[in-house]
Formats: sequence, C-alpha cells, structure tokens
Amino acid sequence: MGASSGPRLSGMQKQVLGLYREFLRAARSKSAEDRRKIESFVSAEFRRNSKQVDRKNFIYIEYLLRVGKKQLAQLQSPDTVRLSSLDISVSETINHKP
Amino acid sequence: MASVQSESPASVASPSRKIIPESKTDTLKDPIADGSAKIKTFHIYRWNPDEPTSKPRMQSYTLDLNKTGPMMLDALIRIKNEIDQTLTFRRSCREGICGSCAMNIDGVNTLACLCRIPTDTAKDSRIYPLPHTYVVKDLVPDLTQFYKQYKSIKPYLQHDGPPPEGKEYRQSQAERAKLDGLYECILCACCSTSCPSYWWNSEEYLGPAVLMQSYRWLADSRDQKTAERKAMLDNSMSLYRCHTILNCSRTCPKGLNPAKAIAEIKKSMSFA
Repeated sequence: MGASSGPRLSGMQKQVLGLYREFLRAARSKSAEDRRKIESFVSAEFRRNSKQVDRKNFIYIEYLLRVGKKQLAQLQSPDTVRLSSLDISVSETINHKP
Repeated sequence: MASVQSESPASVASPSRKIIPESKTDTLKDPIADGSAKIKTFHIYRWNPDEPTSKPRMQSYTLDLNKTGPMMLDALIRIKNEIDQTLTFRRSCREGICGSCAMNIDGVNTLACLCRIPTDTAKDSRIYPLPHTYVVKDLVPDLTQFYKQYKSIKPYLQHDGPPPEGKEYRQSQAERAKLDGLYECILCACCSTSCPSYWWNSEEYLGPAVLMQSYRWLADSRDQKTAERKAMLDNSMSLYRCHTILNCSRTCPKGLNPAKAIAEIKKSMSFA
C-alpha cells in the first residue's frame, strides 16, 4: 500500500520500508543533482511496485528485496557516482523525458 | 508417460520445494524419434522472476539418449539448444573444475558436468537448484551469502614482513602434503547446501565448504595468523554447528572430505 500510516506493519513491509530508507540514505552521499535523480527514480520504482505487485506474492516480493539489496550495496560504494536506468516497459509512466 | 513415480525424494532434496505432480507439468519433446531411440524424461525446476504472477513449477523434457552426450550437462545444453531456449543454468568448463553447474540431480547435490545420465530410461530424472538457496532463475542459485562467508575467513596468505630469502616462502614436502585434499575445493557449494545444519543457520554457521577453506589456511605452514583465525572460529555458531552429519563428504563431487577438515579444526581448537 502507499505511505506508512497504519501502526501494525508486517515483517516484510518493514523490510521494504527499511530498504527504501537505506536507498535515501545512500543517495545523501552523492552530489546534489544526482541525489535528486536517485531519489526520484527510487521512489518511482517503489511506488510502481507497490501498485503492481500483489501484496500476497511473497516469493516475488522477497526476490525484489534481494535484488534491491544488491543494488543498494552497489549504490553505497563511494565509487558509484550516479544511478541510471533503461526501462522500456514503464517508460510512459516514469522517465520519459526527451 | 503412464508410470507415476513415487520414490522418496532422496537424501538432500529440499523440504521447502514441493514436488509437483507430473499431471500438472507440460512436456516438451525432442523433435524426432525413431524405433531405436532411448527416450528419457527430465523434470526440471522452472521459475522466472520476470513473470511475477507465475509460481515455480516443474517442466518435463524428453530426449533421445542416443543423440545426447553422456553427462547431465550435455542433456541440459541439448535441451537449451534444441528444445527450450528459455531454460537457464550456469555452466562454464564442462569438466568439473569451475563449479558453475552445481545443482540437485535426482536428490543429490552434484556438478551436472560430472554426473552421468542414468541409462535406465524407465526412470525419470529430476533436476532442482541447490537446496535452500534463493533462486535467481530456474537452476541458478543466489550464492551471495556463500561468497560473503568465504570472504570473511580471509582466504589468502597472511605473513608479516618479506620472505626470509627474498623471493618466496618455502615449505617442506611434508608441510605441502598437508594441503592435499584441501586446496582442490572449487567452491561449488554442493556440500554447504546439502548440510541440514547449514540450512537452518546459514546466517551464522559457516558451512562445510568455507570451514574446509578455513582449515586450508590454518594448516598452511607459511601462514602466521593461525591464532587470529582460530579466535574468529571460537564461538558457538561459526564452527560448532557442525554436528557431523557427513552429508558434505557424501555429496562432494570432487571426492573431498570437508567433514574431516572440520574435525581437524575442532581437534586443534580443543588441544591448543
């Protein structure tokens, strides 16, 4: 679901929110412009999945968490400067800026 | 396929992956079949993360063994080349030296390239990813945690100062002989993923493969950090979760003996 308003979150929901938070923290170490880009991309990605993925599809959510953790580890490295994406299937909803 | 097999799914089959009845799988066939053909059926675990709504399933393939190489990897490559290009698995050297093609074949963790296809065509073969690993896709397991643990034991020579005679650290033949049976490990993760103790404690227990490598550096006469290495293992989880189940030594496709290495570590810890 959307923003975290309700008090009782499942373990998996906490994990997802924790991952989101870690992404935002990692973005803080990058330059201002890149930080903005990373934040908008990450939040768009999380929001898209929160709408598209069935909340009971645990296998898939766990898979996405593992993928996200790997990407986070890459982003946290000081050598990583920015985050770019090539997303064809959702181009009309997110990053379709010519 | 009239005969439904109900043999028990063998020693190290994972309890978390249910065996799906054959009636719920679709079979893809080798295109040409003649009278002398030796047709064998392979049931293979499939899961594709790009289709979020689809559940893991078993898919069946039939191959003519006369046209297939002798090893399981030959069968997999033939399926990928000729029947179903979407089948995903890791492979590289095809001779048991890279450890890429580790998977669970007929209930035993082994390397597909070292495992002969059983010639009994009446019996079907079942191929799963390594048990209790997260699956990336089809037969490809996620070994991140395994590699992280390997990194944690510092698998390299630690020595203070330059070698005594300038060029290299010397070893006697007897000292070198201690490393035989240890250095041959290719880190395919067959043993670790066959260990029930590792299934339940993979976060903290290092598992047979990593412990054997740990012993490889403990046993090395040139390494000077033996005390530190031992201190790192001296807790209830890292080493002592080994309960000598010995699945590791039974399953090792290279014929090594991780259980013995672990026993040697335990021995050296208790008498040191």
